[in-house]
Amino acid sequence: MTADLYSALFIALLAAFLGYEVISRVPVLLHTPLMSGSNFVHGIVLVGAMFALGFATNLVEQVIGFLAVVMGAMNVTGGYVVTERILEMFDRSKKGAK
Amino acid sequence: MIDVYDPVYLVTILFFVLALERMSSPKTARSGIVYAGAAMLVATIATFFIPGMGNLWLIVLAAGIGGLVGFYAAKKVAMTDMPQMVAIYNGMGGGAAGAIAAVELLSNVGLTYGALSVAGAVIGSVSFSGSVIAFLKLQGWMRQRPITFPGQQPLNMTVLGATLVVGALTLVVAPSWALPLFFVLALGFGLLLTLPIGGADMPVVISLFNALTGIAVAMDGFALANYAMIIAGILVGAAGSMLTVLMARAMNRSIGNVLFGAFGAVEESGRPVEGALKPIEADDVAVMLAYASKVVIAPGYGMAVAQAQHKVKELSDLLEQKGVSVKFAIHPVAGRMPGHMNVLLAEAGIAYDKLFDRDEINPEFPSADVVLVIGANDVVNPAARRAGSPLQGMPILDVDQAKNVIILKRGQGKGFAGVENELFYKDNARMLYGDAQESVARLVAAVKKL
Repeated sequence: MTADLYSALFIALLAAFLGYEVISRVPVLLHTPLMSGSNFVHGIVLVGAMFALGFATNLVEQVIGFLAVVMGAMNVTGGYVVTERILEMFDRSKKGAK
Repeated sequence: MIDVYDPVYLVTILFFVLALERMSSPKTARSGIVYAGAAMLVATIATFFIPGMGNLWLIVLAAGIGGLVGFYAAKKVAMTDMPQMVAIYNGMGGGAAGAIAAVELLSNVGLTYGALSVAGAVIGSVSFSGSVIAFLKLQGWMRQRPITFPGQQPLNMTVLGATLVVGALTLVVAPSWALPLFFVLALGFGLLLTLPIGGADMPVVISLFNALTGIAVAMDGFALANYAMIIAGILVGAAGSMLTVLMARAMNRSIGNVLFGAFGAVEESGRPVEGALKPIEADDVAVMLAYASKVVIAPGYGMAVAQAQHKVKELSDLLEQKGVSVKFAIHPVAGRMPGHMNVLLAEAGIAYDKLFDRDEINPEFPSADVVLVIGANDVVNPAARRAGSPLQGMPILDVDQAKNVIILKRGQGKGFAGVENELFYKDNARMLYGDAQESVARLVAAVKKL
């Protein structure tokens, strides 16, 4: 149990440094897509929400789990569509200039 | 049966990191997000195959509802309204994280994992209710000005303290009333925290809630022993924290000051400024522009409010046809979220290689013949360089160093900070009054006639 928690903490530590390194290379120009893109990335919460609902055993857990999946799915699809739309615009604005 | 989900999650994380990596250039960014999207879809499908999963049709139904609502709302939203869209999706993620933690806490986990769930619940709930308030303010369904009342900070601190105490109680003693009360308090704290924050401070707040949701997801990941959630959550936490610090620094304020300062609520009485405002007509500005060799445009949120960006694009095209070099100076907090102004200008079709951030453009102002300040105020106020000004130390665009500065402004009001703008009174400054969109349209017409 604790060994699991520790390996998870090691992974989290490395992920924090990786995140900082990768993200500091994103230009100011793309900070909005970075923000909505990372918004999409934490949409992985959907997987946890599915897990919570999938193992719900009583009505209260089912209701809360259901809400979690609805919100998680909104987070994922909304985050993706918004990011894609913004990046498509940057694509277009470059082509328009030529 | 083979456990398909773990290898799938591994690949998903790989694609998430690649997507962020590809965001280092506008050329590769779009393909990155498409890969990440595909990976997320596969991860979601793989989750159905976790042994022992029940309620499958309920999951499909819930995901269908959330997915459809999210999809249509995101397709429809205008680019100017992007910040509140990002805020609300971020809030949904926080809410989901809080709800997952609630289910965990209901099913008697041990003390360690319970504590992680409590942390996930607090952070997720604060992010949820806070983001909803941010959404309502940005959408204009709630007044944008800070909402303050006496004893606000002590109340907020009390609520936060009570949240943590009741949270600890749910873990140790677990009376049945504690869990609902715990969530009410956590949600209430997020609400109270966001009420006193004004519209122009939203870039900091949105970034902060983004980071918080990421961290809440990571906490849930610990509690569920799901590495994909841990890594993705921490990556977002890092991105959000970095943007929060960048935005706060761009306003020269600490994050604490943004959260607890209720900036813009107090009308600071700056010292009276010497000199007079000198109005100018569009025809005269058009002549200056057409015969300049270098023009810099400094847009602010006022330009977006007036929907003037398409007219601005027309003007810049026209000037370039006449051989004038046109560049755009973008202050980090020019919009309502990090990088927002770049998005608005790109949407209008302005090539992104003409957009320059503060550090790149500042050395160029002394050689600029004309600077057009469109709907920006505090970010071009030279008072920021003077000790004792409420804006002191805020990094600004040095537009006052240009040969001529034309300020397009609706009327004689002050900026968000409530400080008189000393730029407007300088000898090289002229005021072009009127709605930004109409003013730029008049400039376009006047330049065409030349």
